[in-house]
Amino acid sequence: MKALQSILLPVAASLVAIVIGAILVAALGYNPVSVYGSLVSGAFGSLGNLGNTITASLPLIIIGLGIALSFQSGLFNIGADGQYWIGATAAVWVGYHFTSLPGWLHMVLCLLAGMLAGAIWAGIVPGLTKAFVGAHEVITTMMMSYIAILFARYLIEGGPMQQKGYIPQSPLIASNTQFPYFTQGFQQAQLSPISMIIAAIAVLAAWFLLYKTTLGFSLRSVGLNARAAKYAGIRVKLYIVLALALSGLFAGLAGAVQMLGVDHQLLDGFSSNYGYTAIVVALLARNNPLGVIISGLFFGALTTGGQNMQIASNVPASLTNVLEGLIIFFVGCERIIPQVIGWYRRRRSARAQTPAS
Amino acid sequence: MEPVLEVVDLKKWFPGVKANDGVNLTVRAGEVHAILGENGAGKSTLMKVIYGLLEPTAGEIRLFGQPVHFRSPRDAILAGIGMVHQHFMLIPALTVAENVVLGDEPGGVRFDRRQAVQRVRELSERYRLAIDPNAKVGDLTVGLQQRVEILKAFYRKARVLILDEPTALLTPQETRELFNIIRTLKAEGTPVIFISHKLDEVLEISDRVTVMRAGKTVETIDTKGATPQTLANLMVGREVVLRVEKPPAKAGSPALEVRGLRVRSADRHERVKGVDLTVRRGEILGIAGIDGNGQFELADAIAGLLRAEEGQIVLDGRDITHLSPAERTQLGIAYVPQDRQLDGLILAFDLADNVILRDFRRPPFSRRGILNRRAAEAYAKRLIEAFDVRPPDFRRKASELSGGNQQKVILAREVSRDPLVLIAAQPTRGLDVGAIEGVHRQLVRLRNEGKAVLLISLELDEILSLSDRIAVMHDGEIVGVLDGAEATREQLGLMMTGQRAKEGTV
Ligand SMILES: Nc1ncnc2c1ncn2[C@@H]1O[C@H](COP(=O)(O)OP(=O)(O)OP(=O)(O)O)[C@@H](O)[C@H]1O
Ligand SMILES: [Mg+2]
Repeated sequence: MKALQSILLPVAASLVAIVIGAILVAALGYNPVSVYGSLVSGAFGSLGNLGNTITASLPLIIIGLGIALSFQSGLFNIGADGQYWIGATAAVWVGYHFTSLPGWLHMVLCLLAGMLAGAIWAGIVPGLTKAFVGAHEVITTMMMSYIAILFARYLIEGGPMQQKGYIPQSPLIASNTQFPYFTQGFQQAQLSPISMIIAAIAVLAAWFLLYKTTLGFSLRSVGLNARAAKYAGIRVKLYIVLALALSGLFAGLAGAVQMLGVDHQLLDGFSSNYGYTAIVVALLARNNPLGVIISGLFFGALTTGGQNMQIASNVPASLTNVLEGLIIFFVGCERIIPQVIGWYRRRRSARAQTPAS
Repeated sequence: MEPVLEVVDLKKWFPGVKANDGVNLTVRAGEVHAILGENGAGKSTLMKVIYGLLEPTAGEIRLFGQPVHFRSPRDAILAGIGMVHQHFMLIPALTVAENVVLGDEPGGVRFDRRQAVQRVRELSERYRLAIDPNAKVGDLTVGLQQRVEILKAFYRKARVLILDEPTALLTPQETRELFNIIRTLKAEGTPVIFISHKLDEVLEISDRVTVMRAGKTVETIDTKGATPQTLANLMVGREVVLRVEKPPAKAGSPALEVRGLRVRSADRHERVKGVDLTVRRGEILGIAGIDGNGQFELADAIAGLLRAEEGQIVLDGRDITHLSPAERTQLGIAYVPQDRQLDGLILAFDLADNVILRDFRRPPFSRRGILNRRAAEAYAKRLIEAFDVRPPDFRRKASELSGGNQQKVILAREVSRDPLVLIAAQPTRGLDVGAIEGVHRQLVRLRNEGKAVLLISLELDEILSLSDRIAVMHDGEIVGVLDGAEATREQLGLMMTGQRAKEGTV
């Protein structure tokens, strides 16, 4: 029963958000049915749209795994965006160097570089300062996130990674490191089976790590009760560092996958916000790695559907941001829902009793 | 006498557990009504239902003859029910007066502090609850914090007071003061519901006793004429042995030696100030002392949770002063910590995960970093059965167990690790007499098997009935070591206040 409840509540929260979104849309003078229709068809309406949705959700899923892992370890990694970009940067750098390597080895190297960079970015400064001087990880991961993005921007704006010319962008990665796209079905979607497989492996790895290994047992113990963890003989400080490093590792992997699978180079902008949306993805999934797939796809669908919604019904795509906000709100206060149900039941039973007495 | 509170055929079911399943209770004006029952019998659940924290599945509660339906503690408070939980719900940073009036402050928009202090002072005089309204709650002792909780109840005009295991954390002196308060209330006609596992307390303070077993009330009797033995038998439903049978000690070589140990607590105060101690194989060494004299920091230091500032800890001839808690566990130190919820368990984990908490890195519970859940479940099943943990379900979260059963899980885990030294800090706190009997038997069994047991307890009776030797601790130092068979309460009581023993120092 509890398991069912833990699935139903986030779904209910999302539904409530969608209904309120509909009311909002109607109040703005649009037809909610057609607006939501365009959102859904934009996200799933064709094979190409579905492909786009999956493409958009992959980074959210992979980063979301890392954030779920940090939450389960009692830590709030709010700087995954920076870890994502530092991972992307490392992967791109490796991607246009070492071009004499065979393609598959070069790919693996890029991915490893991305993971390592993300892990170091989250593990060293936020991890060590949290473990040894108690600096709060919300602040340190956030600061490191800004540093990562500004550093990456410097690298391509006059820094050593800028491609010759005036446009702030890095060279393209070697063509044999670029993931091959689906040749049928998802052609326009910039979707590669390799990215999907990596995401699937990441999900399984996170799940396995959290629930089937002593490492995961230790991390969850530290997250739930650090004192008891210490009593159990777990080196709490070590696992705090590990938790943040692993969290960063997933974000870095997401960055690398995105570079090898979609972008192929660093471009100016750095405003994907994947790292922030992924926090909601993890929360909606209740930090369960398997749930992250669903909530990641959900938010991916909101992104692609939102773009279509704007084109088809002239509603600003930022309405999807509003929806996102509403969902965050309702997931955040999902405890309200059982309370409302309890209140309703009591009222009904009170009413049933009054005529009797 | 007119009944103040009546509970009629009350039921409270949780998924899979009938915590209350037919409870009948009548509390009269001016009586102290004790509730007795084994761990998990449903006492706390009943009180939570009466206090509006839980909704009954069926049944009726009447207050002064009127049926009442409480939806929250707020309703219960308004109707005149006051409750002091075992875990206090106070805000340490606020003063006594602020805590008492919190949620129902005098004054309009602006908080009228003067009036608050005045009202609290009046109340504390009326009920003889001596306390300084301007003291910060965080600075108060447990006994005084409890007074604040009681004041809180009467500030809200409680007409019935529920005390759920109020003496579990109190010193004997504080317990006596609490009993004086209860007598004052009784004289005023306010009934008190009193839950305790300590039979002598129940006999001393209560007028009537209601016994609960497996969610049902089995009997209500007058306290007059009852003996500890009759109460214990009623409660457990069988003959209980209140005294521990113990063959003479065959103390062997030293298992644990502590030399010149100095320890600071987490808040950097020096709490252990140069302790020398030897626990031998085949003996139970009891540490007697008033709470706060360093005995629990000593235990933490031996287990490796607190660092030794100075001195040496030697286990079986091997210096372990600088080893990690995990390494000490591996070498044979088992530890039942004093705070089960804070240190001993991960409440959100199920029982299978909790029983392997100290050993999950080792086969059969894991191999090369991969957990073996089946092994954990099989082990949990065995321990649950051997130690009679209720309900016997390893998938249940530790948080869903009654306090006494949580303690059984910890004890089962530590004792079953086949340790060389067992440190047991308050191992029977909150346990019912039957369970205490079981724990004591386990400790004696370990000792008879040639293991060393270091027993730290605030209960003199427990120390006296189990220990082969008794070390008395005062202000971070051992003031003397007595032979367990010869020591008397009086002697220990004197030494616990810091007077050195004249004879028998070892
Ligand atoms: N929230 C809950 N969910 C499921 N079961 C519960 C919950 N709370 C209590 N129980 C179960 O109800 C039973 C009664 O528990 P309760 O806490 O009332 O016992 P108790 O008599 O107060 O015991 P103790 O003396 O150990 O404090 C136990 O079997 C316990 O496991
Ligand atoms: Mg209880």
